[in-house]
Amino acid sequence: MNRRNTNWLILIVILLAFSLWIDLSKEISLTNPFNQTLLFSRNVETHLGLDLRGGLQTLLEADLPESSTIASGELEITRQILESRANGLGVSEVVMQTAGDRRIVAEFPGVSNPEEVVAALQQTGLLEFVDFGNNPLPAGTVVQTDYAEDTSTPEATPTTAATTDPNQPAATPDPNQAPATTYHTVMTGSDLKEAFVSTGPTGQPAVSFTLSTDGAVIFRDYTTSHSGQYLGIVLDKTVISAPQVDEPITDGSGIIQGSFTVDEANQLAVQLRYGSLPVPVKVVESRTVGATLGEESVRRSVMAGAIGLGVVIIFMLLYYRLPGLIADLALICYALFTLAIYKFGIPGLFPYVTLTLPGIAGFILSVGMAVDANILIFERLKEELRGGKNLRQAIDLGWSRAWPSIRDSNTSTLITCLILYIFGNTFGASMVKGFSITLALGVGVSLFTAIIVTRTFLHTVLDNIKLADHPRWFGL
Amino acid sequence: MNIIKNRYTYFLISLLIIIPGIVFMVLNVTKSQSMFPLGIDFTGGSLLEVQFEGTRPSSDIIRIAFLKFAPEADPIIQPLGDDSYAIRSRTIEDATKGEVVAELGAVSGSTVNVLAFTSVSASVGSEVTRAAGFAILMAAAAILAYIWYAFRGVEHSFRYGTAAIIAMLHDVLVVLGVEAILGYFLGWEADALFLTALLTVIGFSVHDTIVVFDRIRENSHVYRRISYETLVNHSTIQTLDRSINTQLTVMFTLLALALFGGDSIRHFVIILLVGIFSGTYSSIFNASPILVVWENQEWKNWFKRNSANA
Repeated sequence: MNRRNTNWLILIVILLAFSLWIDLSKEISLTNPFNQTLLFSRNVETHLGLDLRGGLQTLLEADLPESSTIASGELEITRQILESRANGLGVSEVVMQTAGDRRIVAEFPGVSNPEEVVAALQQTGLLEFVDFGNNPLPAGTVVQTDYAEDTSTPEATPTTAATTDPNQPAATPDPNQAPATTYHTVMTGSDLKEAFVSTGPTGQPAVSFTLSTDGAVIFRDYTTSHSGQYLGIVLDKTVISAPQVDEPITDGSGIIQGSFTVDEANQLAVQLRYGSLPVPVKVVESRTVGATLGEESVRRSVMAGAIGLGVVIIFMLLYYRLPGLIADLALICYALFTLAIYKFGIPGLFPYVTLTLPGIAGFILSVGMAVDANILIFERLKEELRGGKNLRQAIDLGWSRAWPSIRDSNTSTLITCLILYIFGNTFGASMVKGFSITLALGVGVSLFTAIIVTRTFLHTVLDNIKLADHPRWFGL
Repeated sequence: MNIIKNRYTYFLISLLIIIPGIVFMVLNVTKSQSMFPLGIDFTGGSLLEVQFEGTRPSSDIIRIAFLKFAPEADPIIQPLGDDSYAIRSRTIEDATKGEVVAELGAVSGSTVNVLAFTSVSASVGSEVTRAAGFAILMAAAAILAYIWYAFRGVEHSFRYGTAAIIAMLHDVLVVLGVEAILGYFLGWEADALFLTALLTVIGFSVHDTIVVFDRIRENSHVYRRISYETLVNHSTIQTLDRSINTQLTVMFTLLALALFGGDSIRHFVIILLVGIFSGTYSSIFNASPILVVWENQEWKNWFKRNSANA
């Protein structure tokens, strides 16, 4: 057996073992056998898209005239604020991504109250400076303020209720204490002119801010009479910071100091600046899929995939005999590799592939294409055998002659995938995107299995069995 | 076996499929201003699918409940299976949908499950339509450029790219035509998945054509004495087994999806089946013959009497 072939065989076996491990587990981990410490652990659950598990997907668009341009940073900050707002609703695994230059896609798997989620997303956040007296409430506490009475909308209620969700017990100290008192709102975010990260006297990161003329007057009166007390900075009724008033601030600019890291200071500055969304958004598309429909789709597509794969395997075996059997083994490797990539991702590129219904269709379709490369090779192999070449020559020629066709034809499919991906990404059409990703991955993996794996297996068989006497095994 | 000799017969077969499709596109345009019924992904609007756990009320009751909260929404109500309804309407908001569903529960006295709800605003719909056209043009241009590049060593490499694009347009027309016919008779609507299917067909069509052209490229270096027509025919026949077998395996997987894969993607899969079949046909019976027509400049004889080919 030649050395190169042995190396490939070892690599394939290792990849197979690793893939099987991923395919069959929900989490993979490795402990050091000597001291039982955890060396490595990774969640490898299958990620199902909203169409398969049920949930809500919305497409939010900047509620500004078409002609106005939006700085990409502003859209990103809007996304961050919306994401933290959505997390506050107690919905788990919220995914928010900017799509194009004026849209944000938001996905909420498994929500049962899409109306409330949509309503909460569309409200504008309210930033308040609140008089906490001598009570330094920790960040995350939900408070009531007297400003709420004149402005609160019915939609605001679920937000407040949901933020006390026991999901985040660490951030919500004592639920009995907070909502009981109503605090006085000194002023709102509309009086704030700018906020930015600066350095305090001790060299620590701090946040500086300047106020509007009206704000400066209010602030001067307040800080003069409340020196030593705590001023709460409250976003959407949730405390984000409660600095102490050290001395009266009379010139309309001040500095908030604390034990911030640079990132924390930056985040606070952003929240101060953009307490209300920097870009107002409206819902332009909303898709809800019930959980029952999703389960049904999963069941059916798994069955369709199994049947499709089965028929292809039988066809290849009947038509191409021994090479067909080997192509079938390669096809099974293909399915195992691909599934492992869906679950494990490709390190550095993406953490996993979210499976959608068209995504599964793309996978099943690529099974057909995975076989195509083998068919091209085997037809070549037969031609070379008929042309009087011996088996080993025929195999090498079959592969090298089929390669340009395989390369060029798959490149055109990859070009289509790229264009589909760009289209899907711009419009938040995750179904189109899902299809393009699985089809492109399928093309990539199938090139490996159809070319390397099949050839390695075929050589391995040839080295061990005398096949030259059995042309029928090659369908001749 | 001589495929190239009968090329005009095969062109005629293609026209017999494409022309009825175009006729129905025109019929659809006169009926509804578009080549085939467009789904809400393109037009904007809402689609609500509700399932009743108890007895399903009549569609009139559904209509009244719906109009109570969305008087302007112009709903079209169709039964779905034995226990569900699909309600298509102008764009309504999530909040309105919530009220409608609550009302349906109240009037029917049974639990109402929302199977799916989709709402697309008209502005997004029209933008998606524009982008869809752009995506198809981009795909065609990119593939033409690639083939031109891949065949740069061959004489007249531009012809190969053009022939592949003509074969691709053939498949696009077949798919659009079938969609128009199905839309006319069965009311099928084209959605974002239809566009996905169309773009996939484009990719596959070229995939198949390249395999045939690649053989011509290879053989043109080997057989230098034989006529171009014989060379093309020989290459097409050589790749015939492969084309048919690949076609079969893809058909098997797609048929499995169409039969067992569930309603949500059946439309998508059937369009793919039609398109991929057309793709194989056009790569064998259109793309290579076009090369020969071009080489012989046969259009000069098309309108002469007693010409050799027509």
